[in-house]
Amino acid sequence: MTLPLAARRTMGSRLLRYMSRNTLIAFPSALLIVLALIAIFAPFLGTVDPAQLNPANRLKPPSAEFWFGTDMLGRDIYSRVIYGSRVSLIVGLSVAFFASVCGVIIGTMSGFVRRFDAIIMRIMDGMMSIPSILLAIAIVALIRGSLLTVIVAITIAEIPRTSRLVRSVVLSIREEPYIDAAIVAGASTSRIAIRHIFPNTIAPLSVQATYVCAAAMIAESILSFIGAGLPPIIPSWGNIIADARTFWQIRPTMLLFPALFLSLCVLSVNLLGDGLREALDPRMAKDL
Amino acid sequence: MMLYIGKRCLSTIPVMLIVAVLIFGLLYITPGDPALMIAGDQATPAVVERIRQQLGLDLPIYVRFGHWLWDVLQGDFGKSVLSGAPVSNLIAQRIQPTVSLMLATLVISVSVAVPLGVLSAWKRGSFIDRAVMILCVGGFSLPVFVTGYLLAYTFGLQLSWLPVQGYARIENGVLPWLRGIILPSLALSLVYISLIARITRATMLETMSRDYIRTARAKGVADRSLLFGHALKNAAVPIVTVVGTGVALLIGGSVVAESVFALPGLGRLTIDAIMGRDYPVIQAVVLIFSASYVLVNLIVDLLYTVFDPRISY
Repeated sequence: MTLPLAARRTMGSRLLRYMSRNTLIAFPSALLIVLALIAIFAPFLGTVDPAQLNPANRLKPPSAEFWFGTDMLGRDIYSRVIYGSRVSLIVGLSVAFFASVCGVIIGTMSGFVRRFDAIIMRIMDGMMSIPSILLAIAIVALIRGSLLTVIVAITIAEIPRTSRLVRSVVLSIREEPYIDAAIVAGASTSRIAIRHIFPNTIAPLSVQATYVCAAAMIAESILSFIGAGLPPIIPSWGNIIADARTFWQIRPTMLLFPALFLSLCVLSVNLLGDGLREALDPRMAKDL
Repeated sequence: MMLYIGKRCLSTIPVMLIVAVLIFGLLYITPGDPALMIAGDQATPAVVERIRQQLGLDLPIYVRFGHWLWDVLQGDFGKSVLSGAPVSNLIAQRIQPTVSLMLATLVISVSVAVPLGVLSAWKRGSFIDRAVMILCVGGFSLPVFVTGYLLAYTFGLQLSWLPVQGYARIENGVLPWLRGIILPSLALSLVYISLIARITRATMLETMSRDYIRTARAKGVADRSLLFGHALKNAAVPIVTVVGTGVALLIGGSVVAESVFALPGLGRLTIDAIMGRDYPVIQAVVLIFSASYVLVNLIVDLLYTVFDPRISY
């Protein structure tokens, strides 16, 4: 009864203590907060409609009027990049969330119910044998890209990794003496799963979720870049880079700004993941 | 030993079968009737029905899967919807740039990443160690097209050392081929180097803390021999494993790198197929990439015994 709460408290306090001591985790957190603010307040940051065409001002270099220049349709790249942060954050967070939820459900089922285990894990083996980007490409190619289908496709491609992680935690925890004690005390299977095993998956899963978030942002940009992602009208960083594909030799700044934002964003999420891992599991992170 | 190799090889069959079912199933749940698409808007129901019969679409799903699998096993992936050419021919034409790109990336990555990882484990906590770790996190966060365009801009456009885009087939001379392949494989290597260097450092640190390393040092083994002869050899298994699983990243990255550098490889073929919704081609490419991924990891598994004689089956 008190175990999950206690576990959470120490986890939270350990994280806070770590953050106050270590700048490595403070830097990416700060950067991500800024990015989130940019995404939320995009309309108030001197942006214009990111889809607004302006044929008279095509392929302009950065200037006082167009901070990041304009693209081949005269759209303001600054506005597109700022609005693009919304897309990347939505995709990254949604995929991280849904892949974790599915991972918990599938992994717990598989670790607990022997009957499912063999079948589920064979399917996961098969899915993991298809490189995740290719799997996402195949799915999006079949059901035309939209924000939802891109999120679903990347989530499906990431599920095997999260469920395997949860399963491995479940398998190791269920051998612990306190689980035996819970069984003896008459706790039901679902109670053991929810109250005793699930809290143990939170720490490794939140680390994994951060990496999934970063991977999803890269996957979205790759999908959009090769034309299998979001419809071109949506200003995502991948789409802006895809637009620049034909013109980057004459107007490199068209590519520079979205690439810079994307890389910084993914970098912060990855750094946050490293920091989380070190804070939540000092043993595991000692050497990495 | 031979028995183990045989068993391990056989165990890839169910995995590949599941992959085949997944890929075939994906196509099956696709909205839209292929017969209707081929027949066009003007066709009468009778014509559509005839096309459906010709394509075998009226048969039950497991029969169709059986037919498809039988054809695939014989190397027949059907015909491209776009060009009408057999898919296997298209793949044969496009395979060289992709294989060149991947092999070059593999060679560059392993020969850069392993020494880097060893070095930073040896000089743990030093400036070099920090620099390598920063490179690893950075390299892991830069999407392939960002590094690709950065390299193409610097070495292609500004310095004009290497071609910005395009591919020269190896039959027309090794040097032009090499020049064309350097930038794309460098762009693709960065992620892979980060991955391998990181795991090399971690496993090396673990190995270096073992008793036998202390013993070797005590009896006066030189640093170089200690690092590469004693420690690296014992750290090899996790490193080789990551090289194998990292091939998945490599495959995804090659699709992007081929697009950035305009290489006419399998990745380009995939993108063209997606644009034209050319399902037989998409199926074939995904299947081939997955099969090669499974094959690489099978080889890695079998290599364990070479690197670690204690693992005997």
